[in-house]
Amino acid sequence: MSGFETPVARARGLGSAKRGYRHWWAQRVTAVALVPLVLWLGFGLALHGAADFETARAWVSGPVTAVLWIVALVVAFYHAALGLQVVIEDYVGGDGMKVAAILLAQAFCVLLAVGGIVAVLRIALGG
Amino acid sequence: MAEFKLPANSRIREGKTHKASTAGGKIRRFRIYRYDPETGENPRLDTYELDAERTGPMVLDALIRIKNEIDPTLTFRRSCREGICGSCAMNIDGTNTLACTKGLDEIDGDVTVYPLPHQEVVKDLVPDLSHFYAQYASVKPWLRTETPTPPDRERLQSKAERDLLDGLYECILCACCSTSCPSYWWNSDRYLGPAALLQAYRWIADSRDEATGERLDELEDPYRLYRCHTILNCTATCPKGLNPGKAIAEIKRCIVERNI
Repeated sequence: MSGFETPVARARGLGSAKRGYRHWWAQRVTAVALVPLVLWLGFGLALHGAADFETARAWVSGPVTAVLWIVALVVAFYHAALGLQVVIEDYVGGDGMKVAAILLAQAFCVLLAVGGIVAVLRIALGG
Repeated sequence: MAEFKLPANSRIREGKTHKASTAGGKIRRFRIYRYDPETGENPRLDTYELDAERTGPMVLDALIRIKNEIDPTLTFRRSCREGICGSCAMNIDGTNTLACTKGLDEIDGDVTVYPLPHQEVVKDLVPDLSHFYAQYASVKPWLRTETPTPPDRERLQSKAERDLLDGLYECILCACCSTSCPSYWWNSDRYLGPAALLQAYRWIADSRDEATGERLDELEDPYRLYRCHTILNCTATCPKGLNPGKAIAEIKRCIVERNI
């Protein structure tokens, strides 16, 4: 392409997007939030994994448990969407492919998060 | 775009072997990357044997001796031979460093020498650093002020303010750090890389500079700054013992600070 473009023109490119802070900060905050949430989830699943159906159902439908479940799902899939976007930006070339891959990854995370939340609500509200 | 496989014309084949001319003494073997784009041939790895006792202590001494006495076609950059010009940056024994400050006694066995990774090669050990220098120029690496210089004296700085530039001003732009960074390998078209970012922070940290906000505006970008994933190859490889990873973290901290 444009063989006579100077190196400085190439380095400056389209200029700064003047954003990126929010994405980076959200990824750090969700990472920190996931430490206690995943610990809690791990212990909860380990304690109730071997329980019978009714005991496990009672655990999930408890008000604190249900809220924490939903928070954990939102934070985890938000973190996943942010992280997947960075990985795709790193490794996928070609703007069309890149945008498509990012949108697909985000749609995937939204679907899983909403699916999980609906499942928790159905158990909690006895639907 | 990440490239995980070398293009066919980049595969390195075995080259010539130049045996030591003098018998006896300790022999050191140098395995050196050779490439001349004008011949259309693939790169090759030539082997040179040198009498270790008749060679100076540094890798650069050996390269100069090879060029002077064995093979004048070997091409590399060098100038100051004391780690201040940054010309002889290359990949020695698997790590980017300066040939002039890397001692031969620090390397066990054969000494492998390649050009800086993931740059276009002009010839042999000479990489094309035009884009690297242009990225440095793009961070406007000079004092930007609105206040005119006082007519009777220079712009003053306290000792504490000057201390903030230690660990930054020593950067000689040898490109060892940027070319060791996987993020820079995959996205150097947009990511500035550790060297340019350390230099950018050098001016952000300068108490005399009045363009800190504009500098941060120019850097806040998903690629220019935030492609740094704290891999820290930059800090591990810096032949001057500087910490570009920390400088980048300081830029990110400044941006957090002005947002919260």
